[in-house]
Amino acid sequence: MPTTSTLEAVSAARWRVAISLTIAMMVVYFGFILLVAFNKPLLGTPVTEGLSLGMLLGVLVILVAWLLTWFYIRWANTHYDESLDRLRAAAAREGSR
Amino acid sequence: MTSSLGEPNAIAISFFLVFIALSLVITAWAARRTKTADHFYTAGRSVTAFQNGLALAGDFMSAASFLGIAGLVALSGFDGLIYSIGWLVGWPIVMFLIAEPLRNLGRYTFADVLAARLRQTPIRIAASIGSLAVIAFYLIAQMVGAGNLIRLLFGLPYEAAVAIVGVVMLAYVLFGGMIATTWVQIVKAVLLLGGATLLAGLVLARFDFSLFALFSKAAEQYGSGVLSPGRQVSDPIDAVSLGLALMLGTAGLPHILMRFYTVPDARTARTSVGYATAFIGFFYLLTFILGFGAMVLIGRDAITAIDAGGNMAAPLLAEGVGGTPFLGFISAVAFATILAVVAGLTLSGAATLSHDLWVSVVRGDKADQREQLLVARGATVLLAIVSIVLGIAFKGQNVAYMVGLAFAIAASANFPALVLSIFWSRLTTAGAQSSMIVGTVASLLLIYSSPTIQIDILHNTNAWFPLRNPGIVSIPLSFAVAIGVSLLWPVSSEARRFTELERQLHLGIE
Repeated sequence: MPTTSTLEAVSAARWRVAISLTIAMMVVYFGFILLVAFNKPLLGTPVTEGLSLGMLLGVLVILVAWLLTWFYIRWANTHYDESLDRLRAAAAREGSR
Repeated sequence: MTSSLGEPNAIAISFFLVFIALSLVITAWAARRTKTADHFYTAGRSVTAFQNGLALAGDFMSAASFLGIAGLVALSGFDGLIYSIGWLVGWPIVMFLIAEPLRNLGRYTFADVLAARLRQTPIRIAASIGSLAVIAFYLIAQMVGAGNLIRLLFGLPYEAAVAIVGVVMLAYVLFGGMIATTWVQIVKAVLLLGGATLLAGLVLARFDFSLFALFSKAAEQYGSGVLSPGRQVSDPIDAVSLGLALMLGTAGLPHILMRFYTVPDARTARTSVGYATAFIGFFYLLTFILGFGAMVLIGRDAITAIDAGGNMAAPLLAEGVGGTPFLGFISAVAFATILAVVAGLTLSGAATLSHDLWVSVVRGDKADQREQLLVARGATVLLAIVSIVLGIAFKGQNVAYMVGLAFAIAASANFPALVLSIFWSRLTTAGAQSSMIVGTVASLLLIYSSPTIQIDILHNTNAWFPLRNPGIVSIPLSFAVAIGVSLLWPVSSEARRFTELERQLHLGIE
């Protein structure tokens, strides 16, 4: 993946990731809430002894929240921070000229 | 089963005194390090990511959610899980949209971010209205909760409990500022997470460490309905409305946002949200286990016999599996939890009053460090007195809706203006200002017109506004006002200022 070097490009990449992850979190969470609201019998279906589908999905929402957060940190620690370092380096070169 | 709950419990009081003593030692240590406004508000920006992750979790995990969700699960099973999830899902949003830009653009409060690109005086006044409204309702809910809880747990009179919380919290914030408040949050978070983990472990030990065995036993005793959605989510629109307020409100709570200034840079802020999200998710999963544990091992009748709302489920469970000493420990942890949350709220209120209103608006940024610190401490004393008075004034009132209201205002007044000021170049001062005022006023009016106030509290026969949670109306309204006003009366100099700040937004102050 080519790393971006202008401020505009870094900014655009950062917001693209932020917005995509935000939408993903909202879809998963509100999807769960709407399922609870509109299809209670489905969520009451037992998956195994002592576990309903609703409970499984609920725990999955928490896992998705963790996963998306982890994914963002990983992306930012590598791609975003690298682009920021490049911007700093470019500014330092400008300054010393 | 008879319970010693509500009688003065020597072990609970000893544990609690140990916590107070330890936290006052921390405060004394912190007081020597608190020499400037920077120390007072941000702990010298030297908090590590792991420490801030714990402190964020400490600020956020209130006794109301610990005892309340465990109680809700104990009484209604699955439905409690919906709340557990709602309290967590705001954290990824804080991470993606807010934490890093906030750290890079501001100094002490979230209003700094808005003031960096818009006209300072009107924007800080509007932001203070939203912040102080959130803090006031959150504080009242915590103080009334403290009074009731401590009466139930320790047998202390309500007024004495409120006064003790107010005075001890005042000591932390007044002398130790953010350094003491951060460490009190960390100690509290470790105690709460440790206590809840131990309690869940003792419960699961009774079921051969099988969650499914616990849930099966609950279904056997109370019917399989406890494992499936019940009556809590009866109105889908209201459920989505509550969900929106919880999710976006988390990203607009002034005392949470303020924590991002205690770390050295945006990267540390980012990592700290990762830790906080992990701790908070783990904690709310535990409350689910505790609720089912209480349902099976203590029984619903025994829980509602002590408190109809089920709030005593977790302490009763502690007594059931660990005897009086463990009840004492969990009671002391619950008390410590309230103290820490109240301290965090008071500190952020003091920052709003002194930094946003006095130093920036009244004095036009011409106050020296000595004056800033003095005003911040004066504001702390004022807030402590106000919170004790409000705590006593609302004795016996139903304040359960106030936490929801605080989240609704945070989501409607603070979040839209903050997120647009970070993302959208065309936002103007008038747009942000009107959005914050409309968000606050709409939340208050809609709550007042809702069944919660009109039917449950005022005993009227009907309510003008059908929903109990205003978020689904007030949040889009606030966004619409911000965008509409900014587009109708554009200010090109403010859009240029946004471009100038873009570098700082990503790289911080170089």
